[in-house]
Amino acid sequence: MMGGYGDVQLLRDDGKRLDGRALDEMRPVQIEAGVLPAADGSAMVTHGLNVAVAAVYGPMEAHPRKIQRQDRAVIDVRYNMAPFSTSDRIRPGFNRRSREISKVTAEALESVVLVERYPRSKIRVEIEILAAEAGTRCAGITAAAVALADAGIPMRDLLVGVASGKIEDTVVLDLDKAEDNYGQADLPVGILPNTGEIAFLQMDGDLSPEEYALAMEYNFKAAREIHDIMVEALQKKYEGGEA
Amino acid sequence: MSQGQTGAEQRLVTPGMAVGPSTGKRAGSGIIAAEEQFIATQLGWLKERNNTVSIDPIHAAYMPRSGDLVVGIVAEVRNNLWFMDINGSFQGLLPMSLAPWKVEFGAARQHMDIGDVVLARVQEVDECHNVVLTMKGVGLRRLKQGSVEQLPVQHIDRVRGENNAMLQRIRDACDCRIMVGENGRVWIDGSSSGVAWARQMLHTVATEGHTRSVETILQEMENTTKGDA
Repeated sequence: MMGGYGDVQLLRDDGKRLDGRALDEMRPVQIEAGVLPAADGSAMVTHGLNVAVAAVYGPMEAHPRKIQRQDRAVIDVRYNMAPFSTSDRIRPGFNRRSREISKVTAEALESVVLVERYPRSKIRVEIEILAAEAGTRCAGITAAAVALADAGIPMRDLLVGVASGKIEDTVVLDLDKAEDNYGQADLPVGILPNTGEIAFLQMDGDLSPEEYALAMEYNFKAAREIHDIMVEALQKKYEGGEA
Repeated sequence: MSQGQTGAEQRLVTPGMAVGPSTGKRAGSGIIAAEEQFIATQLGWLKERNNTVSIDPIHAAYMPRSGDLVVGIVAEVRNNLWFMDINGSFQGLLPMSLAPWKVEFGAARQHMDIGDVVLARVQEVDECHNVVLTMKGVGLRRLKQGSVEQLPVQHIDRVRGENNAMLQRIRDACDCRIMVGENGRVWIDGSSSGVAWARQMLHTVATEGHTRSVETILQEMENTTKGDA
């Protein structure tokens, strides 16, 4: 639970944040599609100092059979942080946090992928966080969406993961590590930029209705920017065709 | 909404991209209609033919359809049926009643064992994606020699060309027998140099087929190295 730390200064005297960003400024984002030749689709997202790699396999027959759905595919997401992704080594393997993020990511993707096209099937999404600096679930979701598109999986839109939050009673876009650790609230959201729908939303900390509205405004603005980078990455990978 | 990039001849679209008004047109594969707009659902090249807007996907999984000619590999054998890996989400089932031989109950393995390659046709696909194969038909048989190559499914139509014209050119160029399965598997049989040439050609199509036409690749291959068979 974010309680805030009164003695940690997160905003400079000139109104900017510690890393020099404006309140509604995002960390730099780079995306590359098709980075893993063995996967059906893959992508790497660099969001600030976060590095997320996603690989997609399938659709394939769902195993064990008890997880099969007769009318649709299931999406099996495995989110994992590499042991070397943070300054303190992480014990390898699943933990409570990675299970939770895997679950919410799978549910967000299921609302975007046209799962009814593949009954009894499974689409496997592996998200590996190679470097972490706050906002890894959002970077992972963005990477997974590009990897799914790269794999040719039909979707209603490209899902974008983005977060806003509150530091020193001020709403800011895209929290970095210090802001995440010492801030007052965090609002990660999965947005479908073309339709304006929200596929997942979590909130840690408290926001007033006005602060929430401003945070969502920041999130939608950032989602459109990231969406353009996602489209550019996919087009760059496959441009110059004469098919 | 974001707009697609115009390629040399076609437009590359990504999921969620609006590709034009839906009035008076039909939505083909890879397209859904929403609020009088066509929306792309897959990454691929947009095409319009016979008043139908569809997407030629850059990557696609094989979805079996009744009547498809497929190259299958035996994955499991039971007393009275075989399960075939047909490069799809699910294995295809070949019952002994649809095999070209008279098979006694319990003797399926004597005719075909795990790893054997067959040319078969999709008899039936139900709504749950259960696939039934048949080997009763002209030319359907067990493939006892030759080589099987894997090609992305979306390139299969382009390798065949109009009325198999491109496929015939490839056959003539390497002097090999070539059978193209709808499931992305290509069977090649002939002299070793001819098979090697055809495999090289198909490998180039698999890796560069999304940016260059099969015609261009074939011409380049013919100009450089050519099978001496």
